[in-house]
Amino acid sequence: MPTFLLTEPLHNGVLILRLNRPDALNALNTALLEELADLLDDAGLNDDVRSVVITGNERAFAAGADVREMAGLDAVGVMQDPRPRYWARIAAFPKPLIAAVNGYCLGGGCELMMHADIVVASSDAQFGQPEINLGIIPGAGGTQRLIRAVGKALASQMVMTGQPIDAERALQAGLVSELTEPELCLERAIDIARRIARQAPLAMQQAKDVLNRAQESHLAAGLAYERKAFTLLAATEDRNEGIRAFIEKRRPDYRGR
Amino acid sequence: MSYQHIEYRVDQGVAILTFNRPASLNSFNAEMHAEVRDALKSARRDAAVRCLMITGNGRGFCAGQDLSDRNVAPGAERPDLGQSIERNYNPMIRALRDFPAPVVCAVNGVAAGAGANIALACDIVFAARSASFIQAFCKIGLVPDSGGTWTLPRLVGHARATALSMLGDKIGAEQAAQWGMIWSCVEDDALYDSALACARQLATQPTRGLALIKRALNASSTNSLDQQLDLERDLQTLAGRTDDYREGVAAFMEKRQPQFQGN
Repeated sequence: MPTFLLTEPLHNGVLILRLNRPDALNALNTALLEELADLLDDAGLNDDVRSVVITGNERAFAAGADVREMAGLDAVGVMQDPRPRYWARIAAFPKPLIAAVNGYCLGGGCELMMHADIVVASSDAQFGQPEINLGIIPGAGGTQRLIRAVGKALASQMVMTGQPIDAERALQAGLVSELTEPELCLERAIDIARRIARQAPLAMQQAKDVLNRAQESHLAAGLAYERKAFTLLAATEDRNEGIRAFIEKRRPDYRGR
Repeated sequence: MSYQHIEYRVDQGVAILTFNRPASLNSFNAEMHAEVRDALKSARRDAAVRCLMITGNGRGFCAGQDLSDRNVAPGAERPDLGQSIERNYNPMIRALRDFPAPVVCAVNGVAAGAGANIALACDIVFAARSASFIQAFCKIGLVPDSGGTWTLPRLVGHARATALSMLGDKIGAEQAAQWGMIWSCVEDDALYDSALACARQLATQPTRGLALIKRALNASSTNSLDQQLDLERDLQTLAGRTDDYREGVAAFMEKRQPQFQGN
């Protein structure tokens, strides 16, 4: 049983994970990251899980890393820190990950949010990378994923001033895909996750893989990769079922094959 | 926190915040700002509070910033008013606009500068017949703040907002009510009781629903019709889940008075 995460029983293929260190505004300590990596590893291998929603509570998605934990590490300690390995496992989760963000989404929390494929944010959410205020810089993709999401000027401003942006600004900048009223944020994320869970799982995983690849390769390589994935899906039963159901005007019945 | 410059009490579901520096027409200094911040935070956290009422002691409601708190001697460094606004006035206006229950204001006398705009940031404003509103900023080379340039055009229209802001003319309570700048102008000696009766009545109503109404109206000024329709749908979803909605419908069907709990 994880200590810092709550999971809700699987429903319609959607797994809901809740970060649960309310007294620390869900600060991401090493133990929590490890639990999250383990959970996502399991979910990646579990055929019944089709999509995952990750959320915090109404005050905070996650307000950063655990500063006290970090304070005890010297250069060698940071070199041997297991956290980058946990982050890599979270990034490698092959199924759609949807973040529902209320309140503070800062530092490591903002970096975790950027590992999600889709982000639904509450109108009261705040996004920022305040690491510079501690004399450090983001260390889990904050400088890399942010600049790809919002562009150079805003990413530089956020990383260099440490000042957060509000939800409206995050939506304009493309950091999040949708805003909701605070009370409806998780609901809307689950809604999206359910819709995704009804689709062909293999196509979904290929889609995620190809979308992620787009950020890492030049256009020609990305297009070639997309085509390969597209071709690969032609070998699946679900692809035939999807097309047939469309022609016969009925709901497809996907089996993940 | 014990208060020197304001009074604060909660009575029958109504939190009453009274500006209390009558000698300087309840103008704001740094300490008063801190106390108001603290009181608004308490009111917001207090589950017993289902309406907030704001008024002032003495002749004035509030004369805005206490200028004796500001050093503008020649040769002194030029002040950064933006800092004081960011730290003090803006959070107060945001707290009033976001307050999750109705905010009733009883304007007991002159409301000048930020004082006028604090009143206009409230939901339902009563003013004594002898009270007046003055956008005094232009007289000293400043811009209306505390939301004045946003609330005024919406309340009285662009032409009147511009003239009020540029001329700095005093407008009486009666005129303000005729213009729709405030809800109601009442006789001086009836002001406090009228506003309190309204606040007490509101405190018995479906608080959550009222807070959602406020959220919708606040958003309407920047939303398109399409966005507003979406927002109304979402807020109605939330309102429809409240116990008070269920009670309201049940009481209607059973032809009895509803008993709202505010959730």
